[in-house]
Amino acid sequence: MMADVLNDYAQRIYQVCPDLKKPTIDNGILNLNVPADQWVDVAQTLKTDSGCPFEQLSDLCVVDYLTYGAVEWDTQTRTAEGFSRAVTPLTRAQQMPSPSTSRFQVVVHLLSLKRNVRLRVHVDALGDEPPQVPSVTSVWPAANWYEREAYDLFGVVFEGHPDLRRLLTDYGFIGHPFRKDFPLVGHVELTYDASQGRCVYQPCELDLRVTVPRVIRKPIMPMDTEESDHG
Amino acid sequence: MAEMKNYTFNFGPQHPAAHGVLRLILEVEGEVVKSADPHIGLLHRATEKLAETKPYLNNVGYMDRLDYVSMMCNEHGYCRAIEQLGHIEVPKRAQYIRVMFDEITRILNHLMCIGASALDLGAMSVFLYCFREREDLIDCYEAVSGSRMHAKYYRPGGVARDLPEVMPIYRKEEMPSDRRRTRFNHNRQGSLLDFIQDFTERFPACVDEYETLLTDNRIWRQRTVNVGVVDAQRALDLGFTGPTLRASGVSWDLRKTQPYAVYDELDFEVPIGRVGDCYDRYLVRIEEMRQSNRIIQQCVDWLRQNPGPILSDDGKIIKPKRADMKLDMEAMIHHFKLYTEGFCLPEGEAYGAVEHPKGEFGVYLVSDGANKPYRVKVRAAGFPHLAAMGEMCEGHMLSDVVAILSSIDIVFGEIDR
Repeated sequence: MMADVLNDYAQRIYQVCPDLKKPTIDNGILNLNVPADQWVDVAQTLKTDSGCPFEQLSDLCVVDYLTYGAVEWDTQTRTAEGFSRAVTPLTRAQQMPSPSTSRFQVVVHLLSLKRNVRLRVHVDALGDEPPQVPSVTSVWPAANWYEREAYDLFGVVFEGHPDLRRLLTDYGFIGHPFRKDFPLVGHVELTYDASQGRCVYQPCELDLRVTVPRVIRKPIMPMDTEESDHG
Repeated sequence: MAEMKNYTFNFGPQHPAAHGVLRLILEVEGEVVKSADPHIGLLHRATEKLAETKPYLNNVGYMDRLDYVSMMCNEHGYCRAIEQLGHIEVPKRAQYIRVMFDEITRILNHLMCIGASALDLGAMSVFLYCFREREDLIDCYEAVSGSRMHAKYYRPGGVARDLPEVMPIYRKEEMPSDRRRTRFNHNRQGSLLDFIQDFTERFPACVDEYETLLTDNRIWRQRTVNVGVVDAQRALDLGFTGPTLRASGVSWDLRKTQPYAVYDELDFEVPIGRVGDCYDRYLVRIEEMRQSNRIIQQCVDWLRQNPGPILSDDGKIIKPKRADMKLDMEAMIHHFKLYTEGFCLPEGEAYGAVEHPKGEFGVYLVSDGANKPYRVKVRAAGFPHLAAMGEMCEGHMLSDVVAILSSIDIVFGEIDR
């Protein structure tokens, strides 16, 4: 029943944004892919559409797809080698950027109070360094701080943002800490220097030790066995 | 006459009314605020990045530490995202326990908010009254999870353990005075549910007490009425949710509009305000506490009559019972796998949202099929509220900044994450 309703809204969105692919339904949320160059126009349409207006921007964030699908522990070969499970974190050589999409994707969650429906919009960032996406602060003022945060943590530049400053990291921070190639422990550590009488930054000496490696195991779907039984 | 100049100064990060570590850069002309620019991030712990390096189950504890005055609601949001992604069924009893503790958490949060905002505006006694009731609810947390604040009680697929049959009592070592101990222990003789029921019977009168102190208090009204007004349209544009949105007159509550857990089986009402000022936000919270109390009562009744499982029985996700592990080989293997590697979720995305006491708390989860989340994004309820701080303060007096800040219920654990 729920899927039918969502299908209607997907159809509606497809009508008002005919240049885009029809939204798909995933876990009860509509998903829409928007090219970056059309994003502001589409955003304006989505917000003001009389049939299904998305009045509110719930959330905006960036996903870095640099190491998507990469594992730290290959389950096939390691079984023979024994169980030394403490592994080194992913190095650059092992990282596998997916060639089909761009590395950074802006993900926006929209909410229509009138129709009680959520929409998730994916916008692939353009360009490499810095990746760029147009800002939607003019459409939803709520996007202001979300875009500042995304810029701070991922280095995605939101063109047209009125005040794109860092938000969460320290004054004078270098780098974008939520990128997958930024180490979890960071590059610098803050210590008190007694001779200078103040706190100073110095290169971080900590090394990250991974105790539970990242593995991917395909779930055994109960449906598969059922089907084979019937077959 | 001397030339007038605007004056810029710091409010916080160590100001007692900054509710944590907020550095607010205020530009004032005389006593009128011209602009307010919040600088946040002093409590940033990169929770979302940490979560990417831990198996799913280990991250539940981080969620407590986001909004550290509404711990279990955060856990609920995270568990819901996992359950959506993994298509995990949650037993009914666990749903009721979750709803009951969500509402206990809502009262905890609102007591903190109202007490602290009254304290900020100079009313000391409300804070003490509020903490009297908070103590009892924190004891419920402790009874069920062993921890007074960071409970880590919810699990993907249910809750960690069933409600205890015995409510812990104060011992002679802790409270030497016999009279005092008897007074504190008299409602702790039965089970946790008895204690909660006793609380729900007492609590409406307590809310009346807070209202006596504040609602018609002339000073309280002078400080809050028509201060920090946000109209309905602007509140939506700014991304407001929860009591802050409802105070502006928008009837939107995820418990009603997108019911999760068992909220659709419970009877409660959603209060809304008319003006959208600090006073309305206060009134909405007061009424929400009364409604939460009603929900808790209904949950207590249901839970008394319906024993049952409190965790899903999916062995690939849920840890086996200790007793089973002694006899059943498969249970032991499951235990080993779950605690060395954790469970893998299928590839995909999910957004689990709950009506958190402060607004919509959402967890956006991206999984690439691994035992750790690929990306976790926490949609903190207070984040858009604080983002609108500059706009709400503009043109108000300096002293109103404190009233506005405390009325939007800021906790830095979730805003800085």
